[in-house]
Amino acid sequence: MTNPTTSEIVARCQELYEDLNFTTAREWKAAEAGRKVIGYLPVYIPREIIHAAGMLPLGIMGGGDNLEVIHGDAYYQSYICRIPRSTVELGVTGRLDFVDGMLFPSICDVIRNLSGMWKMLFPEVYSKYFDVPQTYQDEIGGTFYMGEMNEFRADLEKISGRKITDEALRNSIEVYNENRQLVNELYTLRAQKPWLAPASEAYLVVRAGLVLPVEEHSVLLRQYIDAAQSESRPIKDNSRVVVTGMFCEQPPLNLIKSLELSGCFVVDDDFMLVSRWLIGDVPLEGDPIYNLSQAFLHHSMSTAAKYEPNEEEKGQFLVRAVKETGAEGVIFASTSFCDPALLDRPMLQNVLKAAGIPFIAFKYAENSGQMQPIREQAGTFVDSIKLWSAA
Amino acid sequence: MRKPLLKASPADVEKDASMIKQKQMMTAHYDRLTNAKENGDKVASTFVPGNLNELLMCFDLVNNLPEVNAIQSGLRKQSGAYIMEAERAGHSEDVCTYVKSDIGMMMKGNIGPNGKKLPDPDVLLLSYTGCFTFLKWFELLREQYKCPTIFLQTPYVADGKVTPNMIQYMVKQLKENVIPVLEEVSGVKFDIDRLREYLGKSAKAEDDLVYILQSGKHVRSPIDAYFGGIYYIGPIFGAFRGTDDAIDYYRFLRDEVDDRMLKGLGPVTPDGPMGEEKYRLVVEGPPNYTSFRQFWKMFYEEGATVVASSYTKVGGTYDYGFRHDPDRPLETLAEYCLGVYTNRSLPSRIDMLSDYINEYQADGLLINSIKSCNSFSAGQLLIMREVEKRTGKPAAFIETDLVDPRYFSAANVKNRLESYFQMVEQKRSGAGAAA
Repeated sequence: MTNPTTSEIVARCQELYEDLNFTTAREWKAAEAGRKVIGYLPVYIPREIIHAAGMLPLGIMGGGDNLEVIHGDAYYQSYICRIPRSTVELGVTGRLDFVDGMLFPSICDVIRNLSGMWKMLFPEVYSKYFDVPQTYQDEIGGTFYMGEMNEFRADLEKISGRKITDEALRNSIEVYNENRQLVNELYTLRAQKPWLAPASEAYLVVRAGLVLPVEEHSVLLRQYIDAAQSESRPIKDNSRVVVTGMFCEQPPLNLIKSLELSGCFVVDDDFMLVSRWLIGDVPLEGDPIYNLSQAFLHHSMSTAAKYEPNEEEKGQFLVRAVKETGAEGVIFASTSFCDPALLDRPMLQNVLKAAGIPFIAFKYAENSGQMQPIREQAGTFVDSIKLWSAA
Repeated sequence: MRKPLLKASPADVEKDASMIKQKQMMTAHYDRLTNAKENGDKVASTFVPGNLNELLMCFDLVNNLPEVNAIQSGLRKQSGAYIMEAERAGHSEDVCTYVKSDIGMMMKGNIGPNGKKLPDPDVLLLSYTGCFTFLKWFELLREQYKCPTIFLQTPYVADGKVTPNMIQYMVKQLKENVIPVLEEVSGVKFDIDRLREYLGKSAKAEDDLVYILQSGKHVRSPIDAYFGGIYYIGPIFGAFRGTDDAIDYYRFLRDEVDDRMLKGLGPVTPDGPMGEEKYRLVVEGPPNYTSFRQFWKMFYEEGATVVASSYTKVGGTYDYGFRHDPDRPLETLAEYCLGVYTNRSLPSRIDMLSDYINEYQADGLLINSIKSCNSFSAGQLLIMREVEKRTGKPAAFIETDLVDPRYFSAANVKNRLESYFQMVEQKRSGAGAAA
């Protein structure tokens, strides 16, 4: 069997991305009696527990720019971001009618309140606000988080009617460890040779992991990385940038393409953080819930939705990302009305200023259609980077 | 018997005697705050929801509440300039205006309502309760003040019930993270009996607060539980919970309310005693502060009294039975934080508002949706529909902001209110015709 080409893989991923009926997940569920699907919103949930329950974790990243929001707008004022309204639209139009549960991670007040709205709108569906600790000591935040995860584990056992054993959890941790390694390998390839794995392609390939069974996604990642490395593509004279602020409501694909067209190599980002949230492998020995808790507390990504207890560390993750990827600047791209990203932004910008790293900022929505201003802004940024570099 | 009404400055504003008393308390507090450094007092900044005043008092710390400072700036019409200042410095137009007012005020010299400079805090007690913005707000302040920052996370009560895991988590944080740093900053050793004493005092004042807020159940309410309510909650939500001053104030206020009830009088408005009570409303959401008096006038001129509000529960849902319990000092602080209105799930909020409409015999629900407060605002349109469906009473929606004058459109708000009152009338006449 020959390995598919990058364009074949990307075409398949694009189909998955555009399918707002989640056909693949529906088919997965229909293939065997008793299968369950659990939806989740950004930023992070321990998908390992859902997998260990024999269920399919399904990432819901809003409706993107292909969904016409009609009902969802009736639930939200104009000054609230778009992801909750398009998620409600997906729900009330029946696109999520096969989903057996919905998880609303602790990220901001809008998603938090959406958890309660979901209970009102879909009382027959299991829905849970998934709380995580913002204190990172083992005995305090760790114990609380283990309690929350065990409660969730018990809820899933009730839904599935079967016990989630430690052995099953260890197996799921191993499967997700492998998946994260592959996602990280793809990110490394993109950072080293961004012309071989453009951000717009890498985005689609990683995003496919939100709807596919993890094992299938790992195969797809392997295929894409191998294909990308074996294909020859022209090297462009682009500037390397890190984009940040896109951890919840996702940018339209055109926005990522526009950044590339305007001369950017996106060498790091915070899209779909769930795929990379835990840094390194979660150990397989010992109590799996404890191990997941430890990984969350001590080896997880930084983002605006988290509290940073150490002031010295504030924003350093961006400085490190710039150094590690050889980036020449940072683009702050935040969703309009996004409290976490927009409140965090001035602090992160101060850190970059101190580190002498250039940056620009703009806002977007998942259905932003006008890319010309973004192209112009990003293009000017790239030009100025080149000028500074020359100086 | 105390005289219920006093003339206060400015000359055309009428105030209850209790309002005057409260003003004296607030003045004394701001004087203590602004003189803290000279007097050797240490200052802790913290938030209204999740305010642990009793605990701070155990360490002789003076409580500074940036939210209240922003409200004061709003009432004094200074917040607009502060917000612009913060936006010029790079803060987004989309985020909480309390934060920007506070930061703008800091950039302009941090002058408090008494005209004196507010001291830099010695410690930031980041009580992360019911509002995501708090988390970032104090990260922003920490960047400026470079002082110790204590983090206390209150888990969100998403399923309507407080679990042992939540309580244990909070108590551990109090023991391991909060109290040791407060001891270090203040140099005062923690004395749990001192905390018990303050908690006992809190409970006494809380009893009277509940009596006052529930007086709105009387048909011809002696209070306005939204605009007047802002004054009623001031001391207990601020720096006075756990003090003798708070006990005295709420006893005094209770007498005043009793007196009005006996005489069949309504609330006191800035233009004097309220006329006929034509409409009884429940209001959800915070008020606008930059045009507070004008906003209130739109209600009392039409004979609308707010008999219950959710905003007066952001610093504690005492009317649902919670009292600080000196016998369980740390657990009770945890339960207090967990129970505040903005930490309650959307279904719980709907239950509360529907109960208020029924128990307070209200004509309907009015939602004042605040542009920059997602904690309150996200989901309010569903709340409106659901409460309407459950109670059969009309609901309406207006939009303003906390302290950003750019988002208060008087004509718009007035139009909507007038339409709403007409809707209430129609509903009444429809009900009358059906009977």
